Amino acid sequence: MIEEQLGRCVASWYPGATGVTGAAKLSGGASQETWTFDIAHAGGTTGAILRRAPPGYGASPGRAAGLDAEAVLMQLAHDAGLPSPRVMHVLKPEDELGTGFIMQRIEGETIARKILRDEQFAKARPILARQLGKVIAGIHGLPSSKLPKLREMSATKEIADLEREYRSFGWPRPVFELALRWLRERDPGPSEEVTLVHGDFRHGNLIIGPDGVRAVLDWELAHLGDPMEDLGWICVNSWRFGEIDRPVGGFGSREELFAGYEEAGRKADPDRVMFWEVMGTLRWGIMCCGMMQRFRSGPDHSMERAMIGRRSSETEIDLLRLLAPRGG
Amino acid sequence: MQDEPTPTELIKAVADFLRNEIAPVIKGHNAFKLRVGINALDLVTRQLALEQESDAAEAVRLKQLLGSDGSLIELNRELSEKIAKGEVDLQTPGLAEHLWQTTMDKLAVDQPSYASYKRELGNK
Repeated sequence: MIEEQLGRCVASWYPGATGVTGAAKLSGGASQETWTFDIAHAGGTTGAILRRAPPGYGASPGRAAGLDAEAVLMQLAHDAGLPSPRVMHVLKPEDELGTGFIMQRIEGETIARKILRDEQFAKARPILARQLGKVIAGIHGLPSSKLPKLREMSATKEIADLEREYRSFGWPRPVFELALRWLRERDPGPSEEVTLVHGDFRHGNLIIGPDGVRAVLDWELAHLGDPMEDLGWICVNSWRFGEIDRPVGGFGSREELFAGYEEAGRKADPDRVMFWEVMGTLRWGIMCCGMMQRFRSGPDHSMERAMIGRRSSETEIDLLRLLAPRGG
Repeated sequence: MQDEPTPTELIKAVADFLRNEIAPVIKGHNAFKLRVGINALDLVTRQLALEQESDAAEAVRLKQLLGSDGSLIELNRELSEKIAKGEVDLQTPGLAEHLWQTTMDKLAVDQPSYASYKRELGNK
């Protein structure tokens, strides 16, 4: 059924499109879905991705930038020469597909374990940290005058948000308290420079090929804020998948990341990056607790949610390693 | 006094059956979910084996740190409040050791293959 709807939609803007084949849902809950499909035309087929909130699910929740903003950001990134898919079409009411957009499908791998282990990425791994530094710099340099309306975040606000969410669980966690206290005491205050921040720049949201990074996806958490936040988030141990001595996504060093960032004409601040790494580690820990909370109260009574709740202790050991390292 | 086999033995038997007989013939997303389920059963087995001792030791440490008595959750709440207020911190004798030991005990149940945990086991 979605193929018919997509076919009608595609015919209205893709020259020579004859239909749509191979539609399959990739991921998503009720309010946001991702579909892959092929646009058939005289010259063959073109791979495409639909990202949408189905009809009836218009508004985006809480921190989300919204699908319209995501489409604008991806197009801006693409136009700036950053690895980003081209946005082909923003959904209109007459498409009857809900809200969202259709973009070019980029081939490659998003699964961290494959990127970190498989032979075909052996040449990519040593260059990725530097490459990602450059890409992040490019994101932070996107012209502010062209950005869509986004929420503005500061370290102070993020600490307060995390604390409120953590307290709502009613489950005391001394290590999280320690981290909150540490963050409050070192809160750098408003960032001197406020830029676009991707907000979720890490494995799973990056398409990697044997040649390196090919696309940055999932701009759902994009906002305006401290550019060091993105550099800290990609260093969080939870995205190293066992390669704990390679802080950047399990494949590179902070120095390489910063070098790439600075090659693109921007300045990294290692202390502030470390601050955001602690914040990010705590954030993921609180997100894990939130999963448990939704498992308990939610309609989604799934094993996966329950088990992610038990991963919050991983962030506790990582916080201790950051804040109270032992000798040896 | 309940009969035997024990909960640990029963869960282990079910997990082994799922792992050895069922997992090899399940495909796709259900294979992933099955693996999560087996992991959950393994976690429960570890908790049943380890929890009593680690909870008791945690309670002893908390009572000593705080100089007060109560259930584990009450003691943890009290410690959390003291950390939040800045009344105890990493300079406080015994706090860092307590948090490390408690966290290591959690990881032994939750995720004994987590790389940070394995590294710290070696650093003891």
